[in-house]
Amino acid sequence: MFAGLDPHGIALVLARMQFAFTVSFHFIFPAFSIGLASYLAVLEGLWLKTGKTLYLDLFRYWLKIFSVAFAMGVVSGLVMSYQFGTNWSVFSDRVGGVIGPLMAYEVLTAFFLEAGFLGVMLFGMKRVGKRLHFAATLMVAVGTFISAFWILSVNSWMQTPTGFEIGAHGQFLPGPSWTAIIFNPSFPYRLVHTVIAAYLTTAFVVGAVGGWHLLKDRANLHARLMFSMAMWMAAIVAPIQIFAGDMHGLNTLEHQPAKVMAMEGHYQSHPDGAPLYLFGVPDDKAQTLRFAIGIPKASSLILKHDLNAPLAGLDTIAPENRPPVWIVFWSFRIMVGLGFAMLGLGLWSLVARARKRLYDWPALYRAAIVMGPSGFVAVIAGWVTTEVGRQPFTVYGLLRTADSVSPIAAPAVAASLLAFVVVYFAVFGVGTWYILRLMRDPPHPHEDGPEQDERAPIRSAGITPAQQAEGAVK
Amino acid sequence: MIDLTVIWALIIAFAVFMYVVMDGFDLGIGILFPAFAPGEERDQAMNAIAPVWDGNETWLVLGGGGLLAAFPLAYAIILPATYPLIIAMMLGLVFRGVAFEFRWRDPRHRAFWDMAFFSGSLVAALSQGIILGALLQGVHVEGRAYAGGWLDWLSPYSLLTGAGVVAGYALLGSCWLALKVEGTAESKAFGYAKWAAWATLGLMAAVSLATPFLAGQYFQRWFTEPMIFWLAPVPVITGIVAFTLLRSLGNRHAWLPFVLTLVLFLLGMIGLGASMWPWVVPQSVSIWDAAAPHRSQVFMLVGVGLIMPLILIYTGWAYWVFRGKVDSHGYH
Repeated sequence: MFAGLDPHGIALVLARMQFAFTVSFHFIFPAFSIGLASYLAVLEGLWLKTGKTLYLDLFRYWLKIFSVAFAMGVVSGLVMSYQFGTNWSVFSDRVGGVIGPLMAYEVLTAFFLEAGFLGVMLFGMKRVGKRLHFAATLMVAVGTFISAFWILSVNSWMQTPTGFEIGAHGQFLPGPSWTAIIFNPSFPYRLVHTVIAAYLTTAFVVGAVGGWHLLKDRANLHARLMFSMAMWMAAIVAPIQIFAGDMHGLNTLEHQPAKVMAMEGHYQSHPDGAPLYLFGVPDDKAQTLRFAIGIPKASSLILKHDLNAPLAGLDTIAPENRPPVWIVFWSFRIMVGLGFAMLGLGLWSLVARARKRLYDWPALYRAAIVMGPSGFVAVIAGWVTTEVGRQPFTVYGLLRTADSVSPIAAPAVAASLLAFVVVYFAVFGVGTWYILRLMRDPPHPHEDGPEQDERAPIRSAGITPAQQAEGAVK
Repeated sequence: MIDLTVIWALIIAFAVFMYVVMDGFDLGIGILFPAFAPGEERDQAMNAIAPVWDGNETWLVLGGGGLLAAFPLAYAIILPATYPLIIAMMLGLVFRGVAFEFRWRDPRHRAFWDMAFFSGSLVAALSQGIILGALLQGVHVEGRAYAGGWLDWLSPYSLLTGAGVVAGYALLGSCWLALKVEGTAESKAFGYAKWAAWATLGLMAAVSLATPFLAGQYFQRWFTEPMIFWLAPVPVITGIVAFTLLRSLGNRHAWLPFVLTLVLFLLGMIGLGASMWPWVVPQSVSIWDAAAPHRSQVFMLVGVGLIMPLILIYTGWAYWVFRGKVDSHGYH
């Protein structure tokens, strides 16, 4: 891997690995908490509207899981806000004037909102009453959205930079219009595609937990409700996501053709209709796709809506500007494959509803359990596709990754990478295990929220959580 | 001469101050954690900050994000210059942050997570203090980049500021606890606050005496006319505040010690600001050298002007919701 690299090259590879590692780990948590915050708001809203404690029980059940996932998102996100400076200081110096303000807006409009209302959401039900508490839950949910808005604007600008000027020292300066920077060409597509991905990720986790408990006890009303809600989400949103992804891909073809070439495995140009490769082994050295199996002309049909449309390949791109194909090719296939598997499960649930077997079909529950983590894998695969597909640039076509890295020696970057790997696997591994343990407990009436939960080891005499919960409802 | 760059320097200073005092008492409670008995005392200490720590830590994200946005060059120099410290601080804050959730989830390993809470808080506080010292003693810059080694920050002076910040946070934490907890934990908090107050004042004095001898610029700033007349009140007021703080701790006053500690931190901040001005990386990069483009400054200032008051209002409301004493049972 490090063969034939100069010291700078080794430090660069390590810095890229560190960013990929820390951002992938971080992204898992927001992907889950964006969807879960909305789900919690829906549950609490339904409880306020109908007065059915079933909804309140589910709210409390998922709130405990949310609190653990959110804490892990917060601490791993804090690391991200300093990654740019520690390992990518030249990038920060060049681009800070453009992307810095967008990230500052993220802190001002999203992070403070989430953090400020989270305490009330977790511990404040009895102190502020139902309506204000619901308002706090809504604020947290809105905060997760706003956060996605700004950070995806930053990421999109790096992919499709617009609205900037170049100043002294190669600095990127903002042009006269901030909307040209924020709403850059790939931003709307990426935002829609990513937020839907977060919703699907949460839906499949909720569906897996519901399926697990239905396998154990098909009469559990709480499990039935969460399973049904999750399957509606899958059936309705998975097809929308495939459509949104296709739109996003066409937008990428327009602005970053080399990325699409890598996704499709098109090393060579196809003057009269390009095949859609389902399988192949990309060989970057020889610039060919070995053992390729494809559907003739299908790639042209998807990308150009014309069987015989010519499609350019990577042979039209200067060698030093080509992304590494094998990573992009495979991560893209993993994402798309999972997308269709999600669609399949959604359709199966519709069949089950039509046959009145939604609460009596163990095979469906097993499939839902297997698909539980699919959202996370798809999200990471999609992330890898778009980020590695941007290589060898940090700001597409304008600033090379090799010219963005900090003047930090390889041993320091290696040591910090090792520290992150050890700590992240230990801490987030344990946290994930705690979440799984919470999910293992069946949802039941008079579910404890986090505030009662904390009293579990030291319960006050004569007051049971059930009475407490009723006290909260009055 | 007030321009946008000066305003931004003040905004970043405000964010840093907010972070230091607010997460300061969180970290201080973590630093003192082993000195409280497992069970009732520790549960109370944890509950005193459980609903607010996340909001407090967000000021650190604003400090880092704001520095990148308002002074990109400073961000690009300071972070590589203090690289191991930043990484250590991050990892410390990871342990500290998850401990809040994990210790409740897993009674069998509670002792371990209590330890993680303590060591994470201590490492984060110490790193922040050493970063402060490293910055004040200056870093080696060539062109637009850090050009020193990766242990340049280590010096007796930076270790001194590191110890000072740890003591200061312990003082903030114990004063906050004195305000929020009851029973044996409250008595202990007052006891630790006295120790922490003496330690903080001693280390503040040591840092104040050492700083002018770091570089001629600091010496000139403090000991030449007419500056000496402007800056002379700072140590005098500090002395008065210190005396009142020790008295109020002796009288076991509820909120006065915490307020006076805030004033003490504010005075320390003014002293540091007076020393550093107008450098953002002392001796090498001034705030104007590092400033973001004019359009970036204007765009963000609109955001800060509109949103910061709202943030302060709802953050204040969250504190108000959880006002008063906590007990070991969390919030009812």
